[in-house]
Amino acid sequence: MAMAMARWRQRLLSSACSSSSSSAAAPQALLRLASSALSRQSSSRGFAAAPDDTTPFVVDIPVPYAGHRCDPPEQRVETSAKELVDFFKVMYVMRRMEIAADSLYKAKFIRGFCHLYDGQEAVCVGMEAALTKEDAIITAYRDHCTHIGRGGTVLEVMAELMGRKSGCSLGKGGSMHMYNKEGNFYGGNGIVGAQTALGAGLAFAQKYNKQNAVSLALYGDGAANQGQLFEAMNISALWDLPVIFVCENNHYGMGTAEWRSAKSPEYYKRGDYVPGLKIDGMDVLAVKQGVRFAKEHALTKGPIVLEMDTYRYHGHSMSDPGSTYRTREEISGVRQERDPIERVRKLLLAKEIVTVADLKNLEKQAKAEVDEAVNQAKEGGQPETHELFTHVHVKGLKQLAYGPDRKEVIVPLP
Amino acid sequence: MAAAGAALAPIIENRLLLPPNAGRIRCSSSARGALVVRGAALSEESRKNRSSALKAVAVKGEAPNLTTAKSGHEILLFDALREGLEEEMARDPTVCVIGEDVGHYGGSYKVTKGLAEKFGDLRVLDTPICENSFTGMGIGAAMTGLRTVVEGMNMGFLLLAYNQISNNAGMLHYTSGGQFKIPIVIRGPGGVGKQLGAEHSQRLESYFQSVPGLQMVACSTPYNAKGLMKAAIRSDNPVILYEHVLLYNLKERIPDEEYVLCLEEAELVRPGKDVTILTYSRMRHFVLQAAKTLVERGYDPEIIDIRSLKPFDLFTIGNSIKKTHKVLIVEECMRTGGIGASLRAAIVDNFWDFLDGRPECLSSQDVPTPYAATLEDATVVQPAQIVVKVEQMCQGLV
Repeated sequence: MAMAMARWRQRLLSSACSSSSSSAAAPQALLRLASSALSRQSSSRGFAAAPDDTTPFVVDIPVPYAGHRCDPPEQRVETSAKELVDFFKVMYVMRRMEIAADSLYKAKFIRGFCHLYDGQEAVCVGMEAALTKEDAIITAYRDHCTHIGRGGTVLEVMAELMGRKSGCSLGKGGSMHMYNKEGNFYGGNGIVGAQTALGAGLAFAQKYNKQNAVSLALYGDGAANQGQLFEAMNISALWDLPVIFVCENNHYGMGTAEWRSAKSPEYYKRGDYVPGLKIDGMDVLAVKQGVRFAKEHALTKGPIVLEMDTYRYHGHSMSDPGSTYRTREEISGVRQERDPIERVRKLLLAKEIVTVADLKNLEKQAKAEVDEAVNQAKEGGQPETHELFTHVHVKGLKQLAYGPDRKEVIVPLP
Repeated sequence: MAAAGAALAPIIENRLLLPPNAGRIRCSSSARGALVVRGAALSEESRKNRSSALKAVAVKGEAPNLTTAKSGHEILLFDALREGLEEEMARDPTVCVIGEDVGHYGGSYKVTKGLAEKFGDLRVLDTPICENSFTGMGIGAAMTGLRTVVEGMNMGFLLLAYNQISNNAGMLHYTSGGQFKIPIVIRGPGGVGKQLGAEHSQRLESYFQSVPGLQMVACSTPYNAKGLMKAAIRSDNPVILYEHVLLYNLKERIPDEEYVLCLEEAELVRPGKDVTILTYSRMRHFVLQAAKTLVERGYDPEIIDIRSLKPFDLFTIGNSIKKTHKVLIVEECMRTGGIGASLRAAIVDNFWDFLDGRPECLSSQDVPTPYAATLEDATVVQPAQIVVKVEQMCQGLV
């Protein structure tokens, strides 16, 4: 048992899909790919790419994909300098936003439940790189960064967290209920697993309306044991709905580790007849490639399950210190070995797209953006009292009705 | 309120209207086809129509002997629901039905018979037995704009989808700050049937009435079944339409022209002045049966089919209480936490000054519905009990 646990912990640090790999594998692999990239680059152009250069180049993905009933995609993905810089920028903003939320929660500006996403940024940013705004995303309560990825602003998120009327749900939703209609982002759901059925519904509507788009239903390793998820997988596979089930496996369902809650923690295989793919969720480029592959699969062959091997640095929520069921060494170990932002930073520096000073500037800008949003949100007002009763129903009550004599009649209610 | 009263007058004109000296049994559902105000004398033939409509609860609808050509067409309740659904599906391509055995089988109560052949398998979707997820799927699709009609084969099965109905259908419009609408209709048969057993005889209106954001209506005749089905589909709010297992074969003549009823409106079935009887669904027919006896004994009950279970049509109800000063609620829900409980509270809150005595309520017993026929009959309210209660109320004995 202790041996199995030790092996499991080591797997967390190395994120190897194969069973044997040491914890030193990842950084070495990174160096290998950086040097190979450099040599490829120098042979083609002989100078470093500029930060806004969109010329595509190919990068190797170090951690191999694992497929279930499907052939995994190539271990290399096309990207560009601009894309990498954008990745860095937006992931850093998300990281700072979540850290700011942490301090605001401790200062009692944010109340209730607050589930933070830091550590997992690569998943939502990599996803967005492979999707369009026509595709729909629905997730559970760890949704602050997903909202940003779908086109929301940091101000909206902060104001919603603080319950101000300038929030994305007018202050009436809170941390777990962020939605963005233009961005096709359907929340933001509090009850574990219920969003997977809704996700099947989004895909059903896309198929009904003959849209060339997919729906992504995100859930965690805790939700992977919900019955309604398997119901949703069954009906999606039965009717060929264009849905991608994405398991954000951060290895802990609140305080319970995955090996204590799932008989089979290989979540990408849990779809049984639904094909699956396991992806290193801390590598934004691997996520991008995997989601692109999945989108093509969902549009042509049917649903697919993606397992994102990722990690959250904070506890389950702000009420959970996050250290009673895992060691601080584990958390700092993952932060050192697999942090998604550090990965992109190393890649950017290795390919000489930006200098250390440029990155410092970008970080400063991101910090300023988040601080500005926080201050603006703090100044926002509380919702008016009458807003308590708005949006319970659409258009309030009163229906237009007409009898067989065609007279229009409105029934006024007291 | 005065302005509201003035605006309300046209509805009463259109619905039923009898001069004060009209014959004893006034109006029944079958009279609605004709728009002409009925005169004082009631013909033998129209009385036969009404009695067959009332008897249809226990007996399959027998065709009344119609010698004169009337407008409208005779229809059974399940067929009226189907007509409403078909018309809405033809009118609006975003309307689709999701449920078990709704497609190829034609619906376990034939409400969706023929629709899959007409509209295709995608619009009349046969699901596996997974209420939680197909209700969730219906809600997710509704968020994007599809107008889904989710059928629970029996309302009791929708308990498995309670989370989806409560948290997602009811609350998403609010928690998203108004961004998403959920124009879903959740419908199915419920109520106490003929020895179906405890789990298949549930009255889910008790459980869902508390959920904010939901609207609930109950149909009781082919006329209001079709009208409410159409209104529910057209509504942008999540609506639960409660049908009753034993009312599907009720027969009535309904208009040929298209009509849509108001979801929040109650139906004045029989005007009177002695006591207000509030009821809905199957109990409406029991009340009408009791009313025959009461009228023979000289009482004049005002019978209102509340139809809208959430929100209550307090306007119609209140006007009636102001007239009669006595109110009796006859419902099929259990005593504890039923529609009657909420309605009593609403009446006490709003119309206390107009009441001569406490609002009375006849409900089902707080027991799981037993299988044995005699016990099952004892679980629900029977017409004889309604007669006794009204007599007691009118004689001041309660």
